[in-house]
Order: sequence, then C-alpha cells, then structure tokens
Amino acid sequence: MTERLFLSGNEAVVYGALDAGCRFYAGYPITPSSEIMHLMAKELPRVGGVFIQAEDELAAINMIIGASWAGLKSMTATSGPGFSLMQEGIGYAVMTETPLVIVDVMRAGPATGQATKSAQGDLMQARWGRHGDQYLVVIAPMTLQEAYDLVIEAFNIAEAYRVPVVFLMDEFIGHGREIVVRRDADKLVERRRPSDHEPPFGSKDPRIPPPMPRLGEGYYVLVTGSTHNEWGYRDVHGFETHYKLVTRLKEKIWGNIDKIFKYKVYGDPDARRTIVCFGSTCRPAIDAAKRVGGTKVLRLITLWPLDYGKLAEELSDAEKVVVPELNLGQLVYDVAQVYPRNKIRVVNKVGGGIPIYPSEIIKALEA
Amino acid sequence: MAEHFGLKYLRREVLPTAFCPGCYNGILMNALFQAFMELGIEDLKRFVFVSGIGCSSWIPSPFIKADSLHTLHGRAIPVATGVKLANPELNVIVIGGDGDLASIGGNHLLHAARRNMDLLVIMINNQVYGMTRGQAAPTTPHGMITPTTPYGNPERPMDVASIIAGTNANYVARWCISQYIPLKNSIKDALSRYSRGFRFLEVYAPCVTYVVRREGKTPGEKLKELMKKCVRIKTWREMSPEEREKHVATGVFKAEDKPGFIETYKKYIAQALGEK
Repeated sequence: MTERLFLSGNEAVVYGALDAGCRFYAGYPITPSSEIMHLMAKELPRVGGVFIQAEDELAAINMIIGASWAGLKSMTATSGPGFSLMQEGIGYAVMTETPLVIVDVMRAGPATGQATKSAQGDLMQARWGRHGDQYLVVIAPMTLQEAYDLVIEAFNIAEAYRVPVVFLMDEFIGHGREIVVRRDADKLVERRRPSDHEPPFGSKDPRIPPPMPRLGEGYYVLVTGSTHNEWGYRDVHGFETHYKLVTRLKEKIWGNIDKIFKYKVYGDPDARRTIVCFGSTCRPAIDAAKRVGGTKVLRLITLWPLDYGKLAEELSDAEKVVVPELNLGQLVYDVAQVYPRNKIRVVNKVGGGIPIYPSEIIKALEA
Repeated sequence: MAEHFGLKYLRREVLPTAFCPGCYNGILMNALFQAFMELGIEDLKRFVFVSGIGCSSWIPSPFIKADSLHTLHGRAIPVATGVKLANPELNVIVIGGDGDLASIGGNHLLHAARRNMDLLVIMINNQVYGMTRGQAAPTTPHGMITPTTPYGNPERPMDVASIIAGTNANYVARWCISQYIPLKNSIKDALSRYSRGFRFLEVYAPCVTYVVRREGKTPGEKLKELMKKCVRIKTWREMSPEEREKHVATGVFKAEDKPGFIETYKKYIAQALGEK
C-alpha cells in the first residue's frame, strides 16, 4: 500500500500511529494538538480500536497506561499545559515499564502562554519533567513525512524497550501541510511476552528489557509504581532493590544508545561551521546552509538519550557552532557539554508564531 | 481443620497483611472473598484489580491473587477504565479509600460514574488519610480533631454515595463495616444481578488507628457503636437534621441495569460504521 496524501502534521501522526498498530487513544482537547484527537475519534473505530475523550489529561495518560497493560498499543497527544499534567503518569509508565507514545505538539509557554503559537520550550521537560531518576526516549520530527514515519519508529521503540516515548512536535509541524506518503511499514515491533518463570520486571542483563505479561491471562502480574523487585513485589525500604531497579531502568535506555540514538547531517559534512538543531527549526537551518555554503547542519532526531560522544565527534573540527531554537536556549546546554560555550552562537526566538528565519541563522554564522 | 475459604484468593507468600491490628480492611476482604465463593468463582484469572495510594489500596496489591495494578494516588479509575475499554472481557474492580477516590481522584470517580463505565468501585471510607497519619479527608466529620485540623475540622464531609447516586451509575450502595451480611450480598449483586455499568459501594469503616483509637475506643467497641449508628436510608430520612448528623444512612441508593458504557460504545460505533 502506498498512498500520497496532502496532510497536516497532526493528521500525519495519526496515520503513522494507526499504521504502527496503535489501537487505543485517550486524550483531552488542547490547542494545537486537537486535530490528532479529532482524526483518532474518526479513524480508530474503523480499525477496531478504541477512542475515549478523557475528563482531563491526568485521566488520559492513566487510561492509556491501563490499555497498554491490557495489551493494546496506546497513545495520547497534548500540548504544554496538558503535558505538564501528564508528567506524574509518564513517571509511572517509566517505573512500570509501560510502552506508550505521548505526542507533545509544543506551543509557547509557560502556563497558557500562546496556545496557537509554535515553540520548542518543552525539550527539557520532555527529558526531565518527572520527579526521581527516570529515563525515557524523546524523538522530534522535522517534516510532515517524518511525523508519519517517526511516530512508527516511536511505537517500535516503546514496544522494544517497554518505555514511554515522547514524540516532540511543534505547532509549525502540527498545523503545516505537506505531501505525506503513507506506506507499509518496514518493521513493526511487538512487545515480548514472558515464557514460564521469566520475571516481568527484571533481567540479568539490564540492557535486555524484561517481557511484558498481558492482563487476564493468568500471570497474576503485580504492577506497581512503588519500588519493586523483578516479580513486582513492593520493597519500599531496602537500598538494594531500589538501586538495582533504577539503575536497570537507566541502563535499559542508555545501554542501548547505539540502537536508539539517531541524527542526520545536512549541507557540507566537512565544513567547519556547524548548525546544531532539532525539529522544525532545522528547516530554516538547512536553508541557511544551502544559501551560504560551507556549513554543516547537525540535526538531532533522537533528543533523549543523547549520545554526547557522537555529538563531540561531529563538533571536533568545528570552528563555529550555531544553535537556533524556538525557545530561550535549551539544546545549547547539550552542545555546551562538548564544545566551548564562548564559541557557540545562539539564535533564540519565541512567541507570536514567528519562525526563525534563514537570514537570522546566516547572520549568526557570519558574525 | 478446613482451610479458610479466602485463602485461595490470596497470595499466601505475602501474608500476614500490613494492616494495623483490628483494621476493618480484613472484614471487607472476608466479605469480598465470601461473595466470590458464593458466586462460584474459582480463581481470579479474569479479574483485574486496580488501586491507587492508601491503606485500602494495599488490599489488592499485593494480597489478592489476581492481576493487579497499584497506580498513582487518585488514578485507579482512569487506569481501570483503560483496562476495561481495551479488553471488555475482563472483570475490573477498583478498591480504594475516600482520600484516593473522592478527593485527589474525585473528578475521575464522577466521570466514570457519568459514563456508567463498566467497573465495580469499592470505596472504603475510613474518614481520614490513614497511611499518612490520619489527616482530615473530604469525609472527615465536622469538628473532628486530626493533625491538619488541630482545633477541630471546620469543613463538612461529603456524602459520596449520594453524589454518585446522582449520576448515571447503575448501582450505588453504602454499608457500614458492622453490616457484614448486606455488605457481602451487595458485592454479590454488583457482580451478578448488576454486573454491567458503574457500580459503587461505599464501605463506612473508620480508621481503627487514627479515628477509633483517638476516640479512646477499641475496634470491637467501635463496631458495637456502628451497629447503632448505621441505619437504613428510610429510617435516616425520617430523622431530624440533628439526629441525621449522628447517624449514617446505609442501604442500596440505586439499583438499575442499564447498558454500561462498553455496550453503548459498541452499539454507537456499529451503527455509525454500518451506515457508511
């Protein structure tokens, strides 16, 4: 099946999710992500899936957790304020190793901010929004085709590693319109089921995600957000159990960074000037590099876990680095870990739905 | 000696329970298991228990031998909703406290009841936040002294069963923990005669540690007191406002057998898609 469609990013992400096998959606209306919910409401029942409008985002995130344990690939979509409300639930999903996809169509914040205006201010929140030690995966599409392709990848990662994946879009991608090709996915990953005597919350090698039982099949699984051993029994006192659990949950993601972390180089790969970017901001960045030449664009697809070694390698010859972001500076902290801060030029802009223009990036490159 | 009928529904390796000596949670567990037994339920393979945070949330997790999800504080009902919608074949039971279900999770309780979601929700109203040392809850009586109401509770308690009876929920009942037989029968009804839609059971069982002991009573003495304090709804309605304050209205508030959300949803989708 190959279909060429003229879609918005919000629509593309729905078709991607459906083609990835998503069969459960719970959400709460919020601009600029609502079209995802609208289309899910229409399309999910047609493929035998379930759609429900939750009473709030707290309910939405927890409903998809329940549905995931009952065996369905599940997702929700939201924007800043709703994403904030979902954080505790996302932390629970990390702790209980529940595969989920959470789409955050970023808008200008904090608080209600500018509901219809694009931003990239939720990067740090996507990584660190929960309390405690917890690690998940964050992926950002740049084009509308990628909103389709990469959300399939997001489901695959969620299923393979039993982890919630944050799909970080922004309003420009959500409400933009482009040709999107819908096609049969190369690979769909399904969560592994346990065989006899295989614990659902532990593995000898922490890089191997444990298998996930499905409710109602006689596993008598104990799922808890409290510290638990490999069989799910709570231990809210001991050091060993807690330390073993949280380090395993970290290693499950960071120990597989070679498989999870993805980035792409555009422009002149040997150039000494480098732009580092993610999401929709890479589009003016690539355009700027094309216009002035002699510039490499390093575009991060996976924002978490982030392979700092690879980033350092890519920037080892750089004489100048420009980091454009639709926020007041978040990705720049990653670049500054591997490159002298005083040699980084930033282009920060947010609000009013105004993008970063290629001319502004060129100005920074030539300054 | 014959084995206690409840043992087959329990994970023996985690016994004894973590509850305070004399805690009324044990009576509820007994009633629940007797209901299972009398309904001929051999094992709980097709049951999923969902709970939140609090003492009563520990009843299913880890003690009941079934699939169980011990979720965030207040979020048992949305997780249970997700489970039920994703696999309607499963029997989904939520067990939680008044703080968990009526305070921090109050919105979910209201909306699951409004949807007539196919869940059995058992709310143990112990009048306080027992797990965190007995602070005032939305169900704490007016004037009661707790760590957060050192001069007496200035607020008035909510009547959770009446509120839920005002929604589209199919079945709503309230029993005191001293009314064992009707409580057990109500659980049976909520799993058999009224096995669809939203079923809500409020179990009035004051915390033995943070309510009963503060009153200087033993759990046994309190049970005797409850036998007088808990009256049937009809009797309670005939009382003066002053007398009502001193009593608890118990009984079945509502018993209907309308289609639950699952049936309604399936029908609505089938109709919509059939018309295409």
